[in-house]
Amino acid sequence: MSAVLNDETKKVLIEPLVSNNPITLQVLGICSALAVTSQMSTSLIMALALTLVTAFSSAAISAIRNHIPSSIRIIVQMTIIASLVIVVDQILKAFAYDVSKQLSVFVGLIITNCIVMGRAEGYAMKNPPLESFMDGIGNGLGYSLILVIVAFFRELFGSGKLLGNEIFHLTKDGGWYDPNGLMLLPPSAFFIIGLIIWSVRQWKPEQAEKVEFKIMPIAHGEGGHH
Amino acid sequence: MLNKETLCHYYGKFTVYRDKVLALGNDSLEKTFAIALSLCLVCAVFVAMAAVALKPLQVMNKEMDMKKNILDVAGLLEQGSDIDAAFAEKIEAKIVDLESGEYIDSINAADYDQRKAAKDPAQNVAIPKDKDIAHIRIKAKYAKVFLVKEKGTIKSIILPINGYGLWSTLYGFLSLDADGQTVQSINFYDQAETPGLGGEVVNPNWRALWKGKKVYAETDQPSLDKGLITEADIGEPALTLIKGVVDNSKPGSQYQVDGLAGATLTSTGVSNLVRYWMGKEGFAPYLSKVRTVKGGA
Repeated sequence: MSAVLNDETKKVLIEPLVSNNPITLQVLGICSALAVTSQMSTSLIMALALTLVTAFSSAAISAIRNHIPSSIRIIVQMTIIASLVIVVDQILKAFAYDVSKQLSVFVGLIITNCIVMGRAEGYAMKNPPLESFMDGIGNGLGYSLILVIVAFFRELFGSGKLLGNEIFHLTKDGGWYDPNGLMLLPPSAFFIIGLIIWSVRQWKPEQAEKVEFKIMPIAHGEGGHH
Repeated sequence: MLNKETLCHYYGKFTVYRDKVLALGNDSLEKTFAIALSLCLVCAVFVAMAAVALKPLQVMNKEMDMKKNILDVAGLLEQGSDIDAAFAEKIEAKIVDLESGEYIDSINAADYDQRKAAKDPAQNVAIPKDKDIAHIRIKAKYAKVFLVKEKGTIKSIILPINGYGLWSTLYGFLSLDADGQTVQSINFYDQAETPGLGGEVVNPNWRALWKGKKVYAETDQPSLDKGLITEADIGEPALTLIKGVVDNSKPGSQYQVDGLAGATLTSTGVSNLVRYWMGKEGFAPYLSKVRTVKGGA
């Protein structure tokens, strides 16, 4: 691998996994991370779809970046992203019909996923196609990683299953585990993502944002009437 | 006519123009338009190609899904079984004239698509506004129902239903016992309600609540006494979704199903579409015929 990939390519591929993760550091793409993570299978398909869309749209945008008029820059990016998303949606409907039904609108909503637009505007517009493609793959994998972690906990504790296979024997079938209903609802992803962000920032303290302002303590004698 | 020479000629012109545009400043008006136009063309061709190439597979998937749903609502779906074979063996499709309630044998049921017919001016009827409680505006004259038979007697009657929820028209099936009164199951195979709220219409736990519920109000003494059902209601569709949880010990609970939590509009939509399709505009004429000719088809 190292012979094929130069340093820049390696950097854009590896960095988004932890040290520059689109969800935990940039806090992008949260809405779909809440919506599709109640099961591992839907999360994996969603992660794959987003990774492919980000990679190919970045590569395509990068290929024509020197000829994109700046006045219609965003709409050009959107057109390319939207076309790719439609194609991905069509492919899912043809080859993974059940999953595409569960994902319903969320595949279409990849168009508005901030990660895809963010990489197009932030990286692909200034870098050559191969690096942009790898940057897309890297950011897609960073997104996938968080999605899979969240889905792992939500499916395990929400329905006692992983990828549809029973892990905990549920009480309603005579077992011991009483599933946690909150885990099936989108807000639970907020808690899990919050905990992930907190753990990552404990591990890598440089990721924590600087405090922008400090609330001043009320000085004595100034709080009275004027 | 197009021949090689003229094609080459136009291609030559095209390359000259292309080079000219590419050499222009990125923010010139001409380049902006040229890029926008050519990008749209390329993307349109790309999307259209994918859509056309994948269409046959998607149509097949939809058909399989429909069959799976019909088997599911009839309680005949087994994991891992061959859906096509099970469908062909156990399910009989029939065309019903909604107005008269009679079977129409002149139409081949296998080729009839009720959803397509509902959009075809030759095969549909407009629903008068005051009767359109399901908010569907038009319906097909003929409906495609599915029967499950065992040794010649009907075991379940599967009726196609549709109606408007909050965001989408819900399409599904309601399966009744041969008495045309007791619900076996309900299922929606095409809907776009809010996932997690109205989208819970496909939740197996909620769908299980429908089993054994009654569609039409009967001379049910306790309900009559309590004023839940008046004399005038008898024979009319009474099944509705209520807010909260149904208390099964109370009179009238056989006509009530739990509403979907957090999805009042979808629940109302489901109530209305069930009432519509079970009413005189829907399958009531057909079901009364089924009841009188017990097991006859």
